[in-house]
Amino acid sequence: MTFVYLLVFGFAATAVLGLITSWIDRKVTARVQYRVGPPFLQPFIDIVKLLGKETLIPAGASKGTFLIAPVIGISGVIAVATLLWVNQFFSEGFMGDWIVTIYLLAIPSLSIILGGFASRNPLASLGASREMKLVIAYELPFILAALVPVINAHSIRLSVIIDSQAGGVFAGSLSGILALIVAILCVQAKLALVPFDIPEAETEIVGGALIEYSGPGLAIFRLMKNMLFFTLPFFLIILFFGGLRLNGINILWTVLEYVGIVAIITVIRNTNPRVRIDQAVRFFWGPMTLIAIVAVVLALKGL
Amino acid sequence: MSLKLKALLKSPWVFHLSTGSCNNCDIEILDCLTPRFDIERFGMLLVGSIKHADVLLVTGSCNRMSVERLKVLYEQVPKPCLVVAIGTCAGSRGIFKDSYNCPVPLDKIIPVDVYIPGCPPKPEAMIAGVVKLIEKVGGSK
Ligand code: SF4
Repeated sequence: MTFVYLLVFGFAATAVLGLITSWIDRKVTARVQYRVGPPFLQPFIDIVKLLGKETLIPAGASKGTFLIAPVIGISGVIAVATLLWVNQFFSEGFMGDWIVTIYLLAIPSLSIILGGFASRNPLASLGASREMKLVIAYELPFILAALVPVINAHSIRLSVIIDSQAGGVFAGSLSGILALIVAILCVQAKLALVPFDIPEAETEIVGGALIEYSGPGLAIFRLMKNMLFFTLPFFLIILFFGGLRLNGINILWTVLEYVGIVAIITVIRNTNPRVRIDQAVRFFWGPMTLIAIVAVVLALKGL
Repeated sequence: MSLKLKALLKSPWVFHLSTGSCNNCDIEILDCLTPRFDIERFGMLLVGSIKHADVLLVTGSCNRMSVERLKVLYEQVPKPCLVVAIGTCAGSRGIFKDSYNCPVPLDKIIPVDVYIPGCPPKPEAMIAGVVKLIEKVGGSK
């Protein structure tokens, strides 16, 4: 049964929904810029094409780490997506699966850091070290923001968090709204999208940590990012909107919440310039952490 | 036609390489990305790293300095890959034919799949050229 969950929900469903999300992202970006944008199947074709290309390993790179890094990253995403799906639809989960989710969500960033440092390219190392700084910057506010639903639900189990929002979602309260704003900006950084695409920065370090990846390695990294693009909004919906509700009119709400979060992320990405790494760290440790702490205090007061 | 090639033709990511051009061709390449032409409709993306590329767009007259880099970069493209010579310079060296600095044209150095003449070629001409390339590769197999 675990195997079915992992393969069908963790991998297949997440990958398909993630690729569709990435198409929405590209299409909205194109429309914002008055372009037509790619056809619907484009993200799928990209992955198939990359899988068929040659894998080049840079001279002097540490071969094993270079090849294993994308696999580590994608297994992290599959694990966390499975955990969320199972909590959503099938079973009760276990005590503290919230903590496990937070842990597993850091693995994709770690895999990018590993891959970047293993590829023996100065630009890739630069990208990896920037990614590392970015992780340090956004983890604190992200955990604080994710703590608000835990305080509201009085439980550290995701299924209890979902159930306790049956009466009213946490995004309806003041603390929930503040935490949601912080969490969306942290998701922006977790996905490495503009304005926090500092580790990739096409125009200055040409793709950063992924510069040396080609063929299947790049395909897996892209797939991982697209899956993360579905998983992170899904996690936010579980935390703040009571999960995916698929009964009656609630289907419409769920789709609206999901598309709304993705659209906000895409619009932020299209209307902002890239910040420097020190500005990003200051932004997350300053205002974002403060807002998150305020939200936590409000949640403790029951607001 | 194999699935591999079919997918490649549906999502050709282009890398843009200047071998001593006057920069005019390069600017016209960037025009293809603008809203008026929007080559992302065909799945084309301009990528920054040669390792991500499927199509190499070469501009310029291949002078002595850049030929070495050109060879190194051509070896680094993950195969299968296609090469497009953009502009009269890349096609036949144009007005630099008798220059001491441009001993051989591009197609004597690496295999070229399609030539797009013009000084510089219009973005429409480039898109037409790439469409021809896709037809040629797609039809011959
Ligand atoms: S073909 Fe003309 S426009 Fe293009 S690089 Fe040569 S001289 Fe410049």
